[in-house]
Amino acid sequence: MNTKSLLSQKHQLSSTKSQVDFLEDSTLTKFSEKLIQQNLFPLTPIPLEVFQVNIGKMCNQVCKHCHVDAGPDRKEIMTRETMQLCIDAIKVSGATTVDLTGGAPEMNPDFRWFVEELSILGKKIIVRCNLTIIVANKKYNDLPEFFKKHKVEIVSSLPYFTASKTDSQRGDGVFEKSIQALGMLNSVGYSKKESGLILNLVYNPSGAFLPSDQSSLEKEFKLKLKSLYDIDFNNLFAITNLPISRFLEFLVNSGNYDNYMEKLINAYNPIAAENVMCRNTLSISWNGFIYDCDFNQMLEMKIDVEEKRQHISNFEINGINQRRIKTNQHCFGCTAGSGSSCSGNVA
Amino acid sequence: MKTYYNPEDLKKFGNISEFEPNLAKKFFDYYGEVFKEGALTAREKSLIALAVAHAVQCPYCIDAYTSDTMEKGCDEQQIMEAVHVASAIKGGATLVHGVQMMNKYKELSM
Repeated sequence: MNTKSLLSQKHQLSSTKSQVDFLEDSTLTKFSEKLIQQNLFPLTPIPLEVFQVNIGKMCNQVCKHCHVDAGPDRKEIMTRETMQLCIDAIKVSGATTVDLTGGAPEMNPDFRWFVEELSILGKKIIVRCNLTIIVANKKYNDLPEFFKKHKVEIVSSLPYFTASKTDSQRGDGVFEKSIQALGMLNSVGYSKKESGLILNLVYNPSGAFLPSDQSSLEKEFKLKLKSLYDIDFNNLFAITNLPISRFLEFLVNSGNYDNYMEKLINAYNPIAAENVMCRNTLSISWNGFIYDCDFNQMLEMKIDVEEKRQHISNFEINGINQRRIKTNQHCFGCTAGSGSSCSGNVA
Repeated sequence: MKTYYNPEDLKKFGNISEFEPNLAKKFFDYYGEVFKEGALTAREKSLIALAVAHAVQCPYCIDAYTSDTMEKGCDEQQIMEAVHVASAIKGGATLVHGVQMMNKYKELSM
């Protein structure tokens, strides 16, 4: 398994322009055509709910499908000053939830300060925790207690309930460490009755295929994780892999790109299109730029407002609420089947 | 090189309605109903389909139901066990006819 990011490998697809050019260079049906057919073009926002902040690309893992191209060799992380600008924006944004992601967000030295400040705001806080970070180093071992203290909702990827499938996507030994970390979260009360502490898992396919029915997968995961490892969790989110960054590189290298795109396009669901997450979400990058979603962020497709308003230092919610959401071919990943978002199915 | 089987033809399965739409519609409606969640889960049905695909040695079906079982969350061990079920039944079906052979052998022998 490769332990370097595409950027570090100087891979052609580490350039966002190359990715966008690749996605657009096709005779396949355009995403915008599908939206036009159902009078949904251009996509426009509904009231903002989720303020997602990507606080850095640094990560202790190098997952094969990572749309962030995160890894230990990525040094881009958000400063405390930019976090403060985010807090100021959150106060006037109307968002009810702050969703922290990365990389491994916990590796940012100001992560705990940020969570503490957000906690004072009284917003629901989600942390996308990769689990292994909790056991990666002694200094992270108390994260479950820290999360509990601030009633943080945890969302963690676990591609499967066996080591072989998990490790093939996320790296050798990841499954065993993930199970250990899940046990630590359970032991402080996560997903235990009446604790109010939520631990959700994310399933995403380990290859060029679409996720199955979310509720069936959730039943199976619950049964297996409980019987094999005595692990509890609340909900399973089934998330489709979007054809960008490392997953795009996998699709191209394995010869699966055309078939995968056809699958996504054939599975286009108009109801999912109406409910895509970019309509109620904003995504902020480590350096403070504003995007419609984390995927547009990774393709550097900045929000469609006047240039000076594209940065968190000039956050202006009225213009943002009236914007046109930017779309491209990767958006078919969010509208296939039951739809896909950072919270799983949308249809 | 031309071959009898073309992977692209799998996508054209629906085109069989071109020559006889009524029967095709009945078949595809029936097919859709069969694979819905029922007393058996859609996942169990997909594994059965994969096993049968191997038994009838249909490359289109093997292609389709390998993808489908993966989408339904089956891992490599589970799908290979399904293939072994097909193999065991096919092997058993061959061997059980050995009893017929033995009967005939004994009938003809002094």
